[in-house]
Amino acid sequence: MSDRLRDKLNILADAAKYDVSCSSSGSDRKNTNKGVGNGHQSGICHTYTEDGRCVSLLKILLTNHCIFDCAYCVSRRSNDIERAAFTVDEVVELTMNFYRRNYIEGLFLSSGIFKNADFTMERLVRVVKKLRLEENYNGYIHLKTIPGASDELMTEAGLYVDRMSINLEMPTEVGLKLLAPEKSHKDVVKPLNFVRNQIIQFNEEKKLIKSVPKFVPAGQSTQMVIGATAETDKEIMHTAAAFYQNFSLKRVYYSGYIPISNDSRMPILGTQPPLLRENRLYQTDWLMRFYGFKVNELLNDANPHLDTDIDPKLSWALRNLHHFPIDTNTADYQMILRIPGIGIGSAQKIVQARKFGKLYIHQLKKIGIAYNRAKHFITCADTPYQLNDFQAHQIKGFILAESQSKYLKTANNQLLLF
Amino acid sequence: MIYIFDGSLEGLFSAVFEWFERKPGEVSLVTVKRYQPDVFTPALQIITQREKADRVWKGLAKKLDSTWMRRLYTAYLSEIDEVYHDIFRFAIYIFSHPAGAEKNYGNAQVLHIAQTSRKVEREKHRMEAFIRFQKTADEIFYCGIDPDYNVLPLLINHFKNRYADQMWLIYDLKRNYGIFYNLESVEEVEMGIDVSMLKKQEKQLLDERESLYAELWRNYFKSTNIVARKNTKLHTQHVPKRYWKYLTEKL
Repeated sequence: MSDRLRDKLNILADAAKYDVSCSSSGSDRKNTNKGVGNGHQSGICHTYTEDGRCVSLLKILLTNHCIFDCAYCVSRRSNDIERAAFTVDEVVELTMNFYRRNYIEGLFLSSGIFKNADFTMERLVRVVKKLRLEENYNGYIHLKTIPGASDELMTEAGLYVDRMSINLEMPTEVGLKLLAPEKSHKDVVKPLNFVRNQIIQFNEEKKLIKSVPKFVPAGQSTQMVIGATAETDKEIMHTAAAFYQNFSLKRVYYSGYIPISNDSRMPILGTQPPLLRENRLYQTDWLMRFYGFKVNELLNDANPHLDTDIDPKLSWALRNLHHFPIDTNTADYQMILRIPGIGIGSAQKIVQARKFGKLYIHQLKKIGIAYNRAKHFITCADTPYQLNDFQAHQIKGFILAESQSKYLKTANNQLLLF
Repeated sequence: MIYIFDGSLEGLFSAVFEWFERKPGEVSLVTVKRYQPDVFTPALQIITQREKADRVWKGLAKKLDSTWMRRLYTAYLSEIDEVYHDIFRFAIYIFSHPAGAEKNYGNAQVLHIAQTSRKVEREKHRMEAFIRFQKTADEIFYCGIDPDYNVLPLLINHFKNRYADQMWLIYDLKRNYGIFYNLESVEEVEMGIDVSMLKKQEKQLLDERESLYAELWRNYFKSTNIVARKNTKLHTQHVPKRYWKYLTEKL
């Protein structure tokens, strides 16, 4: 029996790995009645795969049987792969035993669609309910919403899980229609909208009545595949920004497409996944969510693509040199955040520390800013006087000359004289 | 002037109390173990007194918020000698300045304590992540660790709240003490036996299904990896090699 379970786990974990979301944050579910498990507000990554992605949840499909035939997906109907399905009890047993040994932070349950949406969703809900009600399990649960499932099932699921997500798959409707003619963005928007409204409604009720149960406390997220079709970075990020705004999403994930078939519509097998591009998209995403940048400032018609050799914040600064240099001893927190080389932690420290006296270069360095990058954009108490104004391309040259990209495969072989 | 204290938190705060009583000017604080007699500098042996330490602690609590009190405690747990001295200087700095002085990140002690505290909290967080329990035949979930800093006291709440219905034991092999949860409360335990034996748990001590779940977990870890994206540098950055010995999936 254990051999079969092992095989199933291998197949269904392998099929689920292309879902990049693995966050376990945002839920503060308490452990009640001396059960097992609780939520951790900032989440815990229990280990990392060899490709450097966090493993915090047991991420599996209930089954990889699927009635759809989406070209970008390994579990598509026409693909000749081994199929398997877990029983409800098997998923519960695995989750509980892994959780008790502190291997995982919770369960991420998704599924291929067999028969129809409601049938699949109902199975998923059964797993979740068994964990919560019979096993007294209060750890994290992330559940994939099945597009087309009924409102009743989604509401029921929402009462037991911490996060729900549904994948946008392709950043544009055109791209989606090309690779998955059976799907449409509308199928995604409807459940996202429904769950968002439910969350708002539950929160409103909770203000009045304390005993109202939690409803999807860690919110919703979505994922887009990058590089399978020919979208620009601008299209991707504008879609993301719209979804953040319209559905109050907690996260949008960008998953670089890894070629899995010889489909003529997509990159051929053996193509390197667009890791650098993915990284730049995440940087842009962070700038939007935490640094107060508008998506239009970073990506617009004049700059539809992100620079590959420098990060989006630096590239914004170089395009907008008229804002600089910024005096760290007087500027607003919001402006300090926009200086390349200064992050949120350092910006907060600077704003607090400067109340006690002007800050000098050695203090800024100790606080932890990337001074070699930031020095072109700031003035502080003892900034040396500079005679000539440098052009954007010159500053970029200086910065590139003294930094080395981690994406550079071959090292610079030029020997240094000194 | 050199103050010598016994290395305990009470001792450290007693030293702060002594300083304010005597006002000897510049003082460097060292532990008994690290003390090197110096012909030109007089030394004072600090006597650890609970009441004095409590007064200092309460005095600090009046001027600092709970975040900073925790930072002081966690920085102390780093067991780094220079940090003891920094905490000492920091306490004096806080008492002799108006409220809010802890926000002055331009001050070397303030910054250093904030940074050290972050290191300790990171180690604590890593332990919450990397501890891998093994279920023993007598139903205790056991894990031996040797963290860089003395983080066991910080782990108690997390594990007590999370694993309320199973007995567990986390043992610090380096500092030779552990915390044990007996389904009611957490207590500190010390094992008189040779700890090296604990490192390699004998098979017969373990629950019969333990190896099955360990095997399943290793399998899961392997299948969830995407080979095309291999990035060993990033991997070791997140999971430094010194922790691999705890990790079931890395054995």
